[in-house]
Amino acid sequence: MSDQHIVSSFTEDMNELDSLVLQMGGLVEQQLKDATIALKKEDRELAKKVLKGDAAVNELEATLNDAAIRILALRQPVAMDLRNVVVSLKIARHLERMGDYSKNIGRRTNTIAKAEAFTGSVGTLVRMSEKVQSMLKSGLDAYSQRDAEKAESVRAEDQQVDQMLNTLFRELLTYMMEDARNISGAMHLLFMAKNIERIGDHIADIAKETIYMVTGEWPQERRNKEDKTSKMIVDIADNEAID
Amino acid sequence: MEKQIETAKPVKPAIMTAKNVDVFYGKNQAIDNVTLDIPENQITALIGPSGCGKSTFLRCFNRMNDTIDICKVSGDIRFAGQDIYDPKVDVVALRARIGMVFQKANPFPKSIYDNVAYGPRIHDLAESKDELTEIVIKSLKRAGLYDEVADRLDDSGTSLSGGQQQRLCIARAIAVDPQIILMDEPCSALDPIATAIIEELMESMKERYTIVIVTHSMAQAARVSQKTGFFHLGKLIEHGDTDKIFTNPDNELTQNYISGRIG
Repeated sequence: MSDQHIVSSFTEDMNELDSLVLQMGGLVEQQLKDATIALKKEDRELAKKVLKGDAAVNELEATLNDAAIRILALRQPVAMDLRNVVVSLKIARHLERMGDYSKNIGRRTNTIAKAEAFTGSVGTLVRMSEKVQSMLKSGLDAYSQRDAEKAESVRAEDQQVDQMLNTLFRELLTYMMEDARNISGAMHLLFMAKNIERIGDHIADIAKETIYMVTGEWPQERRNKEDKTSKMIVDIADNEAID
Repeated sequence: MEKQIETAKPVKPAIMTAKNVDVFYGKNQAIDNVTLDIPENQITALIGPSGCGKSTFLRCFNRMNDTIDICKVSGDIRFAGQDIYDPKVDVVALRARIGMVFQKANPFPKSIYDNVAYGPRIHDLAESKDELTEIVIKSLKRAGLYDEVADRLDDSGTSLSGGQQQRLCIARAIAVDPQIILMDEPCSALDPIATAIIEELMESMKERYTIVIVTHSMAQAARVSQKTGFFHLGKLIEHGDTDKIFTNPDNELTQNYISGRIG
């Protein structure tokens, strides 16, 4: 398919929409990265920067919405163009939520006095976040390159994030049982982990929508979800996790 | 194409079928091996760039191409199962069953009443003056024009506005009780309001009639039709459910054309 519309300003509008999606994606990626570094290094200044930075994400979402609505009203896009505009609106929503989750991680970093007690867990959390960051990068690449196969593999990767959450969940429950003083810190870490897991879900959705944009078909196979935390119980007697 | 047929929604039975249709103007081939079914009580839109053959193809359905000496139509075109190019077919009767509305409204220079009464008169459809009036009023109502002209049926048809004239032509086509109405760019000379009125009319007409419309307006095809056929250089490139064609066409040529891309 040609990239060029006969009316060149239509092509320019579509390109602008694309660049807004990618700009927003890049910003959210940076927010998550900063929030994670702030947690790892207990860097309160960086955490504050993340809190402030969320406004820019929200602003971009509003700009993107306006651009998409303008195209719908003035260009009456069809086929691939229509799918592109609709999907960009959906992706903007996901990215905005992901920005909120990153902000929430930053906020909790400021609350946790000392994360030293949970060095191992923080390490897992950081790995989880890095995994999600790389998924986001691949997801945005798949979008900009119109690559449905790449999007499919991003979708599949989310399972690993779910598995990391399961591990962390068990670990933190154990800490809490060992010593009630751990509860506050562990709870915050657990929320952070859940935030990151949710970000992973949003990326999987972005990938799904990218597949639709490229192929015109929604992926039929259901994605395997591995988040088992809602069914997890830890027995105080033997301290073992049960699925 | 085959994939398209498989994924298409269950269709109503075809009232009109065209198989392997070729049309030549002298040595120039205007239609190249087109096969297309027209489902009953639906609106089928034929789209494509100028000169793609969509109007030529439309005119095959009521043998309007017969009026052009150098035009030669071959293939199998059937209306309700009957070969319409069979030499025994009465072309005048055929055109009463398959009416046509043209790009430019062409009312006769007669009264509104006589414009609509013309067909029923020549086809002897009314046994009395009252019956004829009944047909005229019914047709004007079905064409959504009656309320606007009820008190001036004796005025000349040409005194009406463009949109009203087009609806008068629709009423004239309806008056002989056709099953199919062919429309060749019926709204291209009309403003958006008159266009919307015709489109609304088409929607209500499809309960009773089958409509095939040729249009240059992608948006109009998307708005009014259930099936869309895309023609390019005399070939039917893609045909299927309108919502499929406008959200996810199978063919790249279709995609480029409907989205206004350089193909």
